[in-house]
Amino acid sequence: MRRFNLNLWLGGVLTLIVIVGAVFAPWLTSLDPVFDANLMYAEEPPSGQFWFGTDEQGRDVYTRVLYGARISLTVGIVSQIINSVIGLSLGISAAYWGGWWDDLVNGLTNVMLAIPSLIFALAIMAILGPGLPSLLIALGLTNWSWTCRIARSSTLSLKGQGYVQAASTLGYSDIRIMWTQLLPNMVGPILVISTLGIGAAVLAEAALSFLGLGIRPPFPSWGAMLTGARELIVIAPWAAVFPGLAIFVTVLGFNLLGDGLRDYLDPHMRTRQQ
Amino acid sequence: MNEPVEHNAPLLELKNLHVGIPGRRGSVDIVRDVSFSIMPGEAFGLVGESGSGKSLTALSLIRLLKKPLKVSQGQILFKGDDLQNLTDRAMRQMRGDRIAMIFQEPMTALNPLKTVGRQIAEMFVLHKGMGWAEAGRKAVDALASVHVPAPEERVRAYPHQMSGGMRQRVMIAIALACDPDLLIADEPTTALDVTVQDEVLKLIAELCAARGTAVLLISHDLGVIANMCQRVGVMYSGRLVEERDTYDLFADPRHPYTKGLLGALPRLGTRHGAAGRQRLVDIDSLIKDRDTLLQEFCFEPRNPVRDPRLRAGMAGGVE
Amino acid sequence: MLRFTIRRLLQVIPTIIAVVLLIFVIFSVVPGSFASSLMSDGRGGADADMVARINEQFGLDDPVHVRFFDYVTGLLQFDMGESFRFRQPVTEVIGDRIWASLKLSIAAMVFAIVVGVPLGFIAALKPGSILDSITMIGAVSGLSMPQFWLGLLLMYFFALILGWLPSFGYGGGDFKYLILPAITLGVTPLALLARTTRAGVLEITNEDFIRTAHSKGMSNSRVIRWHLTRNVMVLVVTTIGLQFGSMMGQAVVIEKLFSWPGIGTLLVDSVAIRDIPVVQGTILVIVLWFLFINTFVDIIYAAIDPRIKQT
Repeated sequence: MRRFNLNLWLGGVLTLIVIVGAVFAPWLTSLDPVFDANLMYAEEPPSGQFWFGTDEQGRDVYTRVLYGARISLTVGIVSQIINSVIGLSLGISAAYWGGWWDDLVNGLTNVMLAIPSLIFALAIMAILGPGLPSLLIALGLTNWSWTCRIARSSTLSLKGQGYVQAASTLGYSDIRIMWTQLLPNMVGPILVISTLGIGAAVLAEAALSFLGLGIRPPFPSWGAMLTGARELIVIAPWAAVFPGLAIFVTVLGFNLLGDGLRDYLDPHMRTRQQ
Repeated sequence: MNEPVEHNAPLLELKNLHVGIPGRRGSVDIVRDVSFSIMPGEAFGLVGESGSGKSLTALSLIRLLKKPLKVSQGQILFKGDDLQNLTDRAMRQMRGDRIAMIFQEPMTALNPLKTVGRQIAEMFVLHKGMGWAEAGRKAVDALASVHVPAPEERVRAYPHQMSGGMRQRVMIAIALACDPDLLIADEPTTALDVTVQDEVLKLIAELCAARGTAVLLISHDLGVIANMCQRVGVMYSGRLVEERDTYDLFADPRHPYTKGLLGALPRLGTRHGAAGRQRLVDIDSLIKDRDTLLQEFCFEPRNPVRDPRLRAGMAGGVE
Repeated sequence: MLRFTIRRLLQVIPTIIAVVLLIFVIFSVVPGSFASSLMSDGRGGADADMVARINEQFGLDDPVHVRFFDYVTGLLQFDMGESFRFRQPVTEVIGDRIWASLKLSIAAMVFAIVVGVPLGFIAALKPGSILDSITMIGAVSGLSMPQFWLGLLLMYFFALILGWLPSFGYGGGDFKYLILPAITLGVTPLALLARTTRAGVLEITNEDFIRTAHSKGMSNSRVIRWHLTRNVMVLVVTTIGLQFGSMMGQAVVIEKLFSWPGIGTLLVDSVAIRDIPVVQGTILVIVLWFLFINTFVDIIYAAIDPRIKQT
């Protein structure tokens, strides 16, 4: 009998809400997040007309939060896919082939772990300049070290297993063994770390945009909305509360989902994990 | 606790002990209706396969059962007093001082971050009210008494710097530090190398005999118990199915499970294997068909007089 | 112990070299120098002539390997080049601000340890209790919250509404100015520490030697003091080290939010105007700090865990 997995369910529901908000944004609001600015309605508190109030340009905060989910999720998911691909290919190949390649990957992973990913992303943004593509590259290149470590250690333990050796005796190519024998056996932990990684990427995007180095105004990134809201927090606190709440709910959703998945896939692993 | 003890009175007496998990519809018992007694200075063996309830019986004696396990029925009389009636504080004073315990895994039973000397010295600080300096000196003596070479240096060693046999000696030193009346040894040699097992057992026997300490030795290995204990109880599926003098048990086992156990014991002077005349009996094949066992015993009328097989109790099925 | 320390210190050197190389490569091999970005931004109004002059002055026209060699020899003499913006050596620019950053990191870490560790401990001693649930919900929330948003709300509430604390700035080192940024920065490590401590206590409680301790007749409080605490601390120290080490990196956003004059603010401002020598220098300092703390923690770890020295 499995215990009810609160983390999994709560996390699932929260992420689902955010995904629905992002996908169906045009149906959930009649306004445009960028162009429907009306100074007549600037800094209005939350009301029946503007659920989350309006910002300094009279744009509907609710609409902007909804469309902001699109940016956050895109950045979070795409950058995490890039990370996973990098981490998996490096980790699996390093452990499978060993030798100098393993040493190189190991060294690189250690270096990556030493540089805080936000700082690394900041450096890349400094070179590429602000914008969505740079963000995807910056966040996609900087957070693969844990995936790589997990892939590497799983491969090391799987490599000695009979069926993997059997596959190589049968003349399977290395790539095919990695793809068909090794990869499917680490899906669980990789899924967990990737889910947590999406949350981390959403946070990083918000932070970079808040610093003015990510998505630039007027596009509705939650982080960038907070930069604007900071100036008028005394007059219009709602403009600061709701975008932040959206980040919080999204990241919380992915974190709970990741924790829940971990419990679901491996109930015994629970205690040691930080 | 300090009442004069009659010479013939048992040191420890279990009466109809049940251990189980309390539930809404009564307790689900894992150990059922276990009764036996140990005289002062006596060595009593408890044998049975893993999961038969030996360790739970032992842990219930010193009230260290892990939640949600609980003693659901029965009495645990130590020198005539029921241990279950003691306050937590009184029970703590009893543990280690009067009733000591050795566990199976000497690897993990010692704290890896503390020197063995300190872990022995704790006993004197806890029960004899000594300061650390004095307790430290006593620890050296305690270590010497279990025949650890160079005890003055070894007290400063950490558990990982010792072999399994040495660690188990440290555990024995801890357990016997305060001259307890009863030593519970739960599979004390199972995790050790075969060559070391015998030494450790002999050490326990020798030290306990010298101090008049009673021993409750728990093992799945009848050979171990035969060497050390005057009397033995056989546990099977949470019940004590047979309790006899060791000699009698070997000469005339009554319960089919005991017969199986004995049959699985290789003996000197007998040739085993296909070429030999006698084959080792595979216990698995005997107890595999647990249902047969249950039917054979549970549904017969309880009449120990008419059927001596039943005197030792019933084999109960517990999952 | 001394040998272990020396060996551990030597082990970091390759990582440091790799980090230096990586930072250099990122900023030097990629197209777009400081001068050309000035031109394309149109801000500086720099013409081709000026670009050439800047390039020459900073040696930007030299081949890559020459520049790397110059960079490394410079580093070895504590020379990180000269800031484009301040016209001052980078080491001086960073040196002026590093103390503010250190102060903030230490204050945040102290806050996180003092609150997080006891909280995790108490939560684990009564698993499933209300306090335990609240702690764990709080911890996962703390990990999911954007710190700068929390900082913004704290600033709004305690500074602007209640007026108890200054909203931002350094205040010449006045303690009052430190409180809000330190709490904001400390929330994530606090949550993580509470979680690690709780998991550690639960793990150790189930160890055999705790059962041994009980069988010796120890009271619960003695078991905790004599056998649990130190073993849990061994597990927690690693988390403390990792968090403290990466704190300067995490502080970047918080420093900017509270206009704290540390190297985080310096980094963000320098990135914005592409003051590359300063960006390189700051990142290097942040990474070196991380490596330094981690090595230090490893050494401490060896001191409190006798099992380590052997290997």
